Amino acid sequence: MTDQAYNFAYLDEQTKRMIRRAILKGVAVPGYQVPFASREMPMPYGWGTGGVQVTAACLTPEDVLKVIDQGADDTTNAVSIRKFFQRTAGVATTEATAEATVIQTRHRIPEAPLTEDQILVYQVPIPEPLRFLEPRETETRKMHSLEEYGLMHVKLYEDIARHGHIATAYAYPVKVEGRYVMDPSPIPRFDNPKLSGSPALQLFGAGREQRIYALPPYSRAVSLDFEDHPFEASKAPHDCDLCGASDSYLDEVITDDQGGRMFVCSDTDHCRCRRAAGHVGRLGAPVAEGVA
Amino acid sequence: MGAVELGISAKMKPEVTSVGPLLAVRGLTKRYGARIGCADVGFDLWPGEVLGIVGESGSGKSTLLSCLAGHLAPDAGSVVFDTSEGPRDVLAMTEPERRRLSRTDWAFVHQNPRDGLRMGVTAGGNVGERLMAVGARNYGAIRDRATDWLGRVEIAAERIDDRPSAFSGGMQQRLQIARNLVTGPRLVFMDEPTGGLDVSVQARLLDLLRGLVREMGLSVIIVTHDLAVVRLLADRLMVMKSGHVVEQGLTDQVLDDPQHGYTQLLVSSVLQV
Amino acid sequence: MIEISGLSKTFTLHNQGSAVIRVMADAALSVAPGECVGLIGASGAGKSTLMRMVYGNYLAATGSIVIAGTDITKATPREIIALRRATLGYVSQFLRVVPRVPTLEVVAEPLRVLGHPAEEARARAAALLRQVNIPERLWSLSPTTFSGGEQQRVNIARGFIHPYPALLLDEPTASLDAANREVVLGLIAAAKARGAAILGIFHDEAARAQVCDRFVDVTAFTPQAAA
Repeated sequence: MTDQAYNFAYLDEQTKRMIRRAILKGVAVPGYQVPFASREMPMPYGWGTGGVQVTAACLTPEDVLKVIDQGADDTTNAVSIRKFFQRTAGVATTEATAEATVIQTRHRIPEAPLTEDQILVYQVPIPEPLRFLEPRETETRKMHSLEEYGLMHVKLYEDIARHGHIATAYAYPVKVEGRYVMDPSPIPRFDNPKLSGSPALQLFGAGREQRIYALPPYSRAVSLDFEDHPFEASKAPHDCDLCGASDSYLDEVITDDQGGRMFVCSDTDHCRCRRAAGHVGRLGAPVAEGVA
Repeated sequence: MGAVELGISAKMKPEVTSVGPLLAVRGLTKRYGARIGCADVGFDLWPGEVLGIVGESGSGKSTLLSCLAGHLAPDAGSVVFDTSEGPRDVLAMTEPERRRLSRTDWAFVHQNPRDGLRMGVTAGGNVGERLMAVGARNYGAIRDRATDWLGRVEIAAERIDDRPSAFSGGMQQRLQIARNLVTGPRLVFMDEPTGGLDVSVQARLLDLLRGLVREMGLSVIIVTHDLAVVRLLADRLMVMKSGHVVEQGLTDQVLDDPQHGYTQLLVSSVLQV
Repeated sequence: MIEISGLSKTFTLHNQGSAVIRVMADAALSVAPGECVGLIGASGAGKSTLMRMVYGNYLAATGSIVIAGTDITKATPREIIALRRATLGYVSQFLRVVPRVPTLEVVAEPLRVLGHPAEEARARAAALLRQVNIPERLWSLSPTTFSGGEQQRVNIARGFIHPYPALLLDEPTASLDAANREVVLGLIAAAKARGAAILGIFHDEAARAQVCDRFVDVTAFTPQAAA
């Protein structure tokens, strides 16, 4: 299966070592954005070039890889990255969260709890949480080094002033281990509590921006808020229409032109497992064999 | 020859009261290669005092202000500020200490409000930023303080959620002042604060500044080329030419009985209305 | 209270061939508490120049001006500011204020800078404005729009709001009608009675005779071999 023209996992060994050094530094300084020499990858920026490089540097031939895009294993981005590593690394792949050792994700954290044996790799478009208000990179770096984070609250203040509540629904900033403020990539804020204290190693790669950062296992990540407007993990106030789950993050699916819609788990593996275990939602049919 | 002619340091007599000066500047020098930005400038600024620095374009007054405010590193000299832990040379401080000072005890009002405001952030957010920077985390309390300060600079409370880009030039400048004063600084640097404003707006701003200076006991260093502004605002005046302080003294004395040829020229060049 | 000795003044016009003009030499006078001394002499003899020097507005070339123990000619700006704030009042012929500030605030300001509460300062200002016959409907307006006589009275109210131990009056009755003139002369008499040392210039001879205890002719201080 492996295409012999490529080194294992596409990148050459020196590059992978360089990326691993950046990862180690990121692990040593949780939440700190480590610059790295991002390589040209055979996919456009915005398609996960940072995550792919981090994954490539982490993979061993024994790993089992899962790739999700907005929680789904079967969307274009996930399918192409999975195929990319099947072809260049020849590693086993899976859609089952529990079976994977490395999970590359775009914009979600799986619903199933992760373990110490797993690495979660995030694709990050803009790693700098302060950029919204301070465009100068020299200045934001200084603000990080001096822990001047008042500006993050200005952003939240603006939210409340404009919408009456904190309207930031994704890429909600967190403070890591009481030190660095970090952009958790555009995951829904529903996932923010899962960042904190996770047994899995969480790595973040931004290809275009050439930054890697990390949340080591069991690190604290506190979502920023105001005393009188505390952080709230939110989701659509519905149950999954397929598996009936009331505690998973939902996608809204428009079903016709008459305003018909349904809500389904964004984590396709989670939904499938629940249906396999016999849970049935409002519009769900009892599980059919061989669908997955 | 008058006493003022004796120069800068001759004026530094022991203080009247027991407390020391808020800011003590000595031998401040900045060169741009062979050119002089400002040379051997020294003065004391006392609590509640407003010091005007005047001179034409290129006289070094803006360089001096930048050096004092820590925006520019001088080549020599000391700027000793009376911090809460006693007098400290600002130039010898670490950068974090200096930045901390600049968002607590110090404030800087730019000539162009666009340089001092975040144009993409609402008026309330602009005023609240310094509060949040020093740890305020209660939205309601921040908003109350912002509303209070908008009122003090005569901006209607209902404009709190508008962005500065929707404000007139005079309002922007008042907003910049509110944003700077909300944390109760002790020393305010002002660079031509009435620069781009028309005359009626200038008068309103001057009145506002005078009131705030008196109520808050602010010390102010104001750089301007407008002698009418310093006459109304400044207690003391420093006249600069080619990077040197050529004359300093009581504002009305320097303007009404100028001793140095350059000051005489400056004063006589003002158009009478 | 006010002690002047050996005072001289020159102007050096650097931009007009560095011409040195000597305008005063060896001036000396003193004013005791409760006394009003009038400066007399022809126009241009140096009455206003002397007043301005006493106020610290003009620098002296030589000599000393001691007011309440402070020598103005050697004091720092800070000391002069403190002196002007609490000890040395000045009613000039011209009103110089920030446009737009209401008259009531203009008059109350000397008390505000001394730290008096706003309410008390405004109440005192209102009482004085009433005394010098400024109609109440004008109090909320800026005095910059007032007539000359009204401006003069605003200036007087401002100068008398704080009981300065030393007071300089530059033509306080110049453009006033008879009734207001009497009010101002009454204010001066009251200030004398509480012990203020007053140095004044009065062109109005009747007024001069009524309030001044002595006269000093500044012509005596004119430098002899003047250019």
